[in-house]
Amino acid sequence: MDGHSTYVPKSGIARWFEQRLPIAGLVHSSFVAYPTPRNLNYFWTFGAILSVMLGIQIVTGVILAMHYVPDSKLAFVSIEHIMRDVNYGWLMRYLHTNGASFFFLAVYMHIFRGIYYGSYKAPREVLWILGVIIYVLMMATAFMGYVLPWGQMSYAGATVITNLFTAIPLVGTPIAHWLWGGYAVGDPTLNRFFSLHYLLPFMIVGVVVLHVWALHVAGQNNPDGVDVKDVKRDTVPFTPYATVKDGFGVCVFLVIYAWFVFFIPNYLLSADNYNLANPLVTPAHIVPEWYLLPFYAILRAIPNKLIGVLALASAMGLLVFLPWLDTSPVRSGKYRPMFRFFFWLFVICCIGLGYLGSQEVSDSTTLLARILTIGYFGFLLVALPVLGLVEKTKPVPASIADAVLPKGAAAAE
Amino acid sequence: MFLATGAVAAVGAASVLWPLVDQMNPDAGTLALSSIEVDLSPIAEGQIVTVKWRGGPVFVRHRTRKEITTAEATPLSDLRDPQTDQARVQKPEWLVVVGICTHLGCVPLGHEGQYDGWKCPCHGSVYDTSGRIRQGPAPLNLAVPEYKFLTPTRVKIG
Repeated sequence: MDGHSTYVPKSGIARWFEQRLPIAGLVHSSFVAYPTPRNLNYFWTFGAILSVMLGIQIVTGVILAMHYVPDSKLAFVSIEHIMRDVNYGWLMRYLHTNGASFFFLAVYMHIFRGIYYGSYKAPREVLWILGVIIYVLMMATAFMGYVLPWGQMSYAGATVITNLFTAIPLVGTPIAHWLWGGYAVGDPTLNRFFSLHYLLPFMIVGVVVLHVWALHVAGQNNPDGVDVKDVKRDTVPFTPYATVKDGFGVCVFLVIYAWFVFFIPNYLLSADNYNLANPLVTPAHIVPEWYLLPFYAILRAIPNKLIGVLALASAMGLLVFLPWLDTSPVRSGKYRPMFRFFFWLFVICCIGLGYLGSQEVSDSTTLLARILTIGYFGFLLVALPVLGLVEKTKPVPASIADAVLPKGAAAAE
Repeated sequence: MFLATGAVAAVGAASVLWPLVDQMNPDAGTLALSSIEVDLSPIAEGQIVTVKWRGGPVFVRHRTRKEITTAEATPLSDLRDPQTDQARVQKPEWLVVVGICTHLGCVPLGHEGQYDGWKCPCHGSVYDTSGRIRQGPAPLNLAVPEYKFLTPTRVKIG
């Protein structure tokens, strides 16, 4: 992967510039000539999809910020102003709210791809950790963004999440007051959430740059989990192969996104958020946005306040240690039948927890949520370490070319 | 084939970019305030009233006979931006001009300056009773906005 760039500047001006700032060569070696495994499937297009969604969120977000007012008396009204008076304001708003949901949909596909194919294993541990950092920053950004409309659900969500800090003994309540800028969620909270919501996406951009850099050091993983052995046989140049494949993936994704934006823009939102926030009345049925539901279910399943918060934090935090929790020398789930079984159980746990997070609390939902929480942590803390030691794996192909090219072609090339 | 694809892509790109650009154009609320109606009946003879139109001042002056005659009698050669008084009013006793100095945008003060028209405090531009520039750095006369008389005592500006 390293080595001299194969880029040759075509004009005198290009040569002059390239000597001073070799950015064209960098783009060429990273996204044009870059050797890409020839066996990648469409799950590998989610990286490009995520980059496009990040761009869409930033563009629509900056535009919304031209019209939004972060004051508790005016926030709700300013959003109705955007929806009704600003030219195409309704479009900007729906693109942004649905964009957040689709951003998370893509990130979950991307993460589950990584878990299934062992993309977190050596030498991609730092790449994986950077990804977890991006995920956490995304959740923080989305949470703060949801508070900005200052609807009933915005206020309730802000109150619940900031109250998590009061679980910390001794310093918890002072920390909560510090976050709120007062004794409850209020104007100071709204203002600072607006400032941070504008800031965090640019921090995400920075970590994404590191993430892509780390990726390019190790090279992409692939569905067979086998390292690239012969660049000419095992890989194809990024452009046109991956560029066009990513482009197609992006288009299909955008079609589904557009379906939501134009035909069912409020489907993923809570109707209660079209009511102005009332600090004295909490809605009967509080739910966070769908992409935070599994963690919400885990929090509610545990009867102790502090342990519930710790469970919530470790549900995300444990992901960092995935490269070390998994002991298997075989990388891809394609060749690990027992791992595959537990992997799908894990997926069912996550989806089940998500569903339970949206339901009212009852004895049966709590019991089920506890079982699924045990399943969630069981996969990470028990299944992954143990499987690597006891499972019987299928034989892994000798090379990528052997895995996907017909026998004669692989030998001949 | 490439040409057709390129054309469709160009139309697609333009249709995506247009809303992103148009959202900065004046919104429905601003457009709603783009016309105002002014009741002239309380304005006494000799009085200047300032109304807010499209975010800025408009001077509505109920001119006296003397102010009208002086304005009409001014020779065009005296004017930096030659315009007859008749060209600037619909009814001679009502002068409606945008109250923004054509130099650098300050609001001139009424009943000031040697012509008893307006004088701009910022750089000393002097306007007459027809709102025409007579002295000072301003290049043009005070602008006359689009207006019409709905009734003899009610005018709609913009």
